[in-house]
Amino acid sequence: MGDPSTVTMRIWRGDTNGGGFEDHDVEVSSGEVVLDVLHRIQATQAPDLAVRWNCKAGRCGSCSAEVNGVPRLTCMTRMSILDPAEPITVAPMRTFPIIKDLVTDVSYNYEMSKRVPPFRPKPKPPDGHRMFQEDIERVQEFRKCIECFLCQNVCHVIRDHEENKPHFAGPRMFIRYAELEMHPLDSGDRRDLLQEEMGLGLCNITKCCSEVCPEDIHITDNAIIPLKERVVDRKYDPIVWLGKAIKGRRSGRAE
Amino acid sequence: MNTKTAENRDGLAASVRPRFQTLRRDRWWRAPLVTVVVLVGFIVYGTWVAFANEHYFTDPYLSPFYSPCLASNCAHVTLPVIGDWWTLSPALLILPFPLGFRLTCYYYRKAYYRGFWLSPPACAVTEPHRRYTGETRFPLILQNIHRYFFYLAIPFPIILFVDGIRAFSFPDGFGMGLGTLILLVNAGLLGAYTLSCHSCRHLCGGHVDVFSRSPVRSRLWLFVSRLNVRHGEIAWVSLFGVALTDVYVRLVSTGVISDPRFF
Amino acid sequence: MAEHETHEFDVIVIGAGGAGLRAAIEAQAQGARTAIICKSLLGKAHTVMAEGGVAAALGTVYSEDNWEVHFRDTMRGGKMLNNWRMARIHAQEAPERVLELEDWGALFDRTEEGRILQRDFGGHRYARLAHVGDRTGLEMIRILQQKAVAMDIDVFMETTIVRLLKDGDRIAGAFGYRRESGKFVEFKSPAVVLATGGVGKAYKVTSNSWEYTGDGHALGLWAGADLIDMEFVQFHPTGMVWPPSVMGILVTEGVRGDGGILRNGSDERFMFGYIPEMFRAETADDEEEADRWYTDRKGARRPPDLLPRDEVARAIVAEIKEGRGTPHGGVYLDIASRRDPEYITRRLPGMYHQFKELADVDITKEPMEVGPTCHYMMGGLKVDAETAAATVDGLFAAGEVAGGMHGANRLGGNSLSDLLVFGCRAGRGAADYARAVDVRPEASANQTEEVAREALEPFERTDGENPYLLQQRLQDKMQALVGIIRVEDELKKGLDALGELKQRAGRVTAEGNRLYNPGWHLALDLRSLLATSEAIALAALERKESRGAQTREDFPQTDPELGKINIVLRMKNGEPYVDRSPLEPLPQDLRSVVERSL
Repeated sequence: MGDPSTVTMRIWRGDTNGGGFEDHDVEVSSGEVVLDVLHRIQATQAPDLAVRWNCKAGRCGSCSAEVNGVPRLTCMTRMSILDPAEPITVAPMRTFPIIKDLVTDVSYNYEMSKRVPPFRPKPKPPDGHRMFQEDIERVQEFRKCIECFLCQNVCHVIRDHEENKPHFAGPRMFIRYAELEMHPLDSGDRRDLLQEEMGLGLCNITKCCSEVCPEDIHITDNAIIPLKERVVDRKYDPIVWLGKAIKGRRSGRAE
Repeated sequence: MNTKTAENRDGLAASVRPRFQTLRRDRWWRAPLVTVVVLVGFIVYGTWVAFANEHYFTDPYLSPFYSPCLASNCAHVTLPVIGDWWTLSPALLILPFPLGFRLTCYYYRKAYYRGFWLSPPACAVTEPHRRYTGETRFPLILQNIHRYFFYLAIPFPIILFVDGIRAFSFPDGFGMGLGTLILLVNAGLLGAYTLSCHSCRHLCGGHVDVFSRSPVRSRLWLFVSRLNVRHGEIAWVSLFGVALTDVYVRLVSTGVISDPRFF
Repeated sequence: MAEHETHEFDVIVIGAGGAGLRAAIEAQAQGARTAIICKSLLGKAHTVMAEGGVAAALGTVYSEDNWEVHFRDTMRGGKMLNNWRMARIHAQEAPERVLELEDWGALFDRTEEGRILQRDFGGHRYARLAHVGDRTGLEMIRILQQKAVAMDIDVFMETTIVRLLKDGDRIAGAFGYRRESGKFVEFKSPAVVLATGGVGKAYKVTSNSWEYTGDGHALGLWAGADLIDMEFVQFHPTGMVWPPSVMGILVTEGVRGDGGILRNGSDERFMFGYIPEMFRAETADDEEEADRWYTDRKGARRPPDLLPRDEVARAIVAEIKEGRGTPHGGVYLDIASRRDPEYITRRLPGMYHQFKELADVDITKEPMEVGPTCHYMMGGLKVDAETAAATVDGLFAAGEVAGGMHGANRLGGNSLSDLLVFGCRAGRGAADYARAVDVRPEASANQTEEVAREALEPFERTDGENPYLLQQRLQDKMQALVGIIRVEDELKKGLDALGELKQRAGRVTAEGNRLYNPGWHLALDLRSLLATSEAIALAALERKESRGAQTREDFPQTDPELGKINIVLRMKNGEPYVDRSPLEPLPQDLRSVVERSL
């Protein structure tokens, strides 16, 4: 084990009444991740420091925060990649309302998840479903999602524009729509819903969701853009469009 | 130990957030800055070339800015579909198509929304706008017609490839110069850019849900998907390719350099 | 304490892992008004950590496989201590439960014929684990979670239950607090399903998360239910050992199923020296045969690296103890030299990522260093095989918190199938029970008042014990004294230490206020952690033999007489009491199934 060294952790502490950054000097051993250090602060300096976490192995997606301004899983962020010379800032995800310290109210995501029309399987043949590996690989990528909500957090559509939340599903949910739309057994069609109520058009494909994804899911390239293209199939074929225009409908969001 | 700085992470309405607020320590502003510098450079150069209307052809090389050459006032007519009433630069007849293709390209959109619109300038950096409607309204809703620009853009790499083939045919007979190679490489890069396009990927097989029932589309989709991963890089390289090809033809045409012949 | 939030349901399910979700889905489908209560956010439960797969005799890879073979493997793996009724139901119903997931949208890896692909795992005669790469648990929990949401089941996230409420001898509901606000909440319900998982956080080296504090075991015990088989704590043979901060994180058995082998520090494949009599006939004698098995199942026998988990864990401990370990005190798990990188990253993407990110090890190029890690609790509430009913009216249990299904040792992959099969049955059992109740039970107000008062006591102490340090001490003691290898006088020392910790836990303090306060939460969790740890130590002391996961240095042999009983723990006058209960004998037809050699 390498020699423990001391770093300064600058952690946001507070609740709905407000708060600010607090410095904690703490020992760090080699191989440790940010979450280890947060736990050490809990055990030795601040027992009520609120941190959400579960598996500590990058598989449950609970411990999301912003480390030196970058949205990350604290359990997968090794201390060795951070510059110990300066205080290391750990802040809660900014897109969601604060509960306390590093814990935010992520219920927006669960609400949006409830609005996803569920899987609607095609009728089952007598000898059971048959699917082949090539049919499911594309969707399996999306199923890697651990719902850490870092993509939702980093997306400027809601990060910087709170007012968009009611009509924007967010990258996490777009993956979910994509997995349903591309599911070999699903018979639903969610394209109108996506464009009209879920704010697919609000996404300007600036790809921050893909950049922060700890599971390395190509959210923009493999889910959002293909969904946009599927919507184009349905809504923006210029010939269909022209017909609609003649009937007096204006372009833009349909509601 | 408790040095609190006043900042509430909650309830800060977007309108009152400071511009470019971020806790990031890295040089996040570098990527958008580079995008702006390069794209502005290209636009300035491209505009000048488009209006210059000279030095775009030197036998057997034709600048990609002027190919296909459709007006009869061309120095080297590809297909004379426009009569002599057109007196402006023939480049203006064709450039809107590749321009529209690149303007609505999913990759360039990312680049210029970040670089020019600062929406957002970088991840986890506050954008300066009060309102945001994305691509839901006019004019940005028109981005959805990207695939039609894709259709219109398909002939270009083919024509440029033909130009490359023609560039083996020198006034003194069959041969090959550095220009020939440059033209072919340029056509290849543009072909790769066009093929790797997200719309192309969708049209080839992205719309299919059960690949095992469409083996051909499945293969095509896999091929385009592999290219598509590099779409961003290809977008930049092919942009430089077009500009440098024009520079080369221009320099040869004005006699600043002479074209080295391989054979 | 009159003021708190109150909710009424027909069935409440405590825990939102696979078992809890499956139970809630079934209860709701049966028409019961159902709620799920979980300590974390929905979809974060420990089921996401399950990697290798779900065991079900689908017969898609080997048509010879059927429920009888699965039953046989399960009983042999459990050293015949399993509740055979549960093992039979499990083997029979697992395929149906897995296929049902597919109807709900699950996408398991496929065979060439378009069926569900199955992978090899320790103790399973045939390739039997339906899987999705190495993230099977994640797929399952998502599918179940989305199904539950689509069925509009009420979910109370980040809510901890601290006590079950009773009306006389019947269950009347549950009482707890919302972690977010610290406010108390009461659930009135005639039927309660416990699906709280295990107690891995009692140990220092564990693959389990903070949630695993034995809540369900303790809640059941305090409510008067019987616990059985508490001595059987499974140590998974392969957890990460380096760097220290990741010690214990699971390395899936799938690594071995897909060709990985164990080597000691001197590069020997030591497992050949540890083949027990029971498995000798079906295990390869030498390396050549073992390697051939991956491609030739008929002509070769399986490698000893794929023996049941208890055997492999013990072998690793022995190697390390005798000084043949690796520099960081583990053994090598090597797949790099045996499979090509493309295969490894496709089959084991999670493992590749985990080692790369956390340990700077490229598993396609170098071997992993692994050692045993506390993984699973075989013991739990004694339940009825058909209905999952515990020994208290209105109480049901499914998944890890229920005992009996796995006997003395669980086979890999059997937990995911267990939680589907018995989650479903518990949901149905609870809904049926709730429907049959004519007078709804009513808990007396003083019950909730007492619990609430106790729960707030840590705030009143200004100078008490630090809950984090108490938990660390508990983990150290359990690891050292009630760990993999056990001996009487250490177990007694362990019980003494637990007694002392119980005293100190009575003086535990919480700083700050009730708003999302992890120190306070831990202070409350300590009580169930201690109660469950004590049950483990008492049961381990009582079982004077070595069997399955229980290894007694002072009683190294298996005692046939002890193979006929379960050790039972129940509360008597406020103290845990150790009892024995006879196992129901295995009927002759099933005995011949188990004894069949394949």
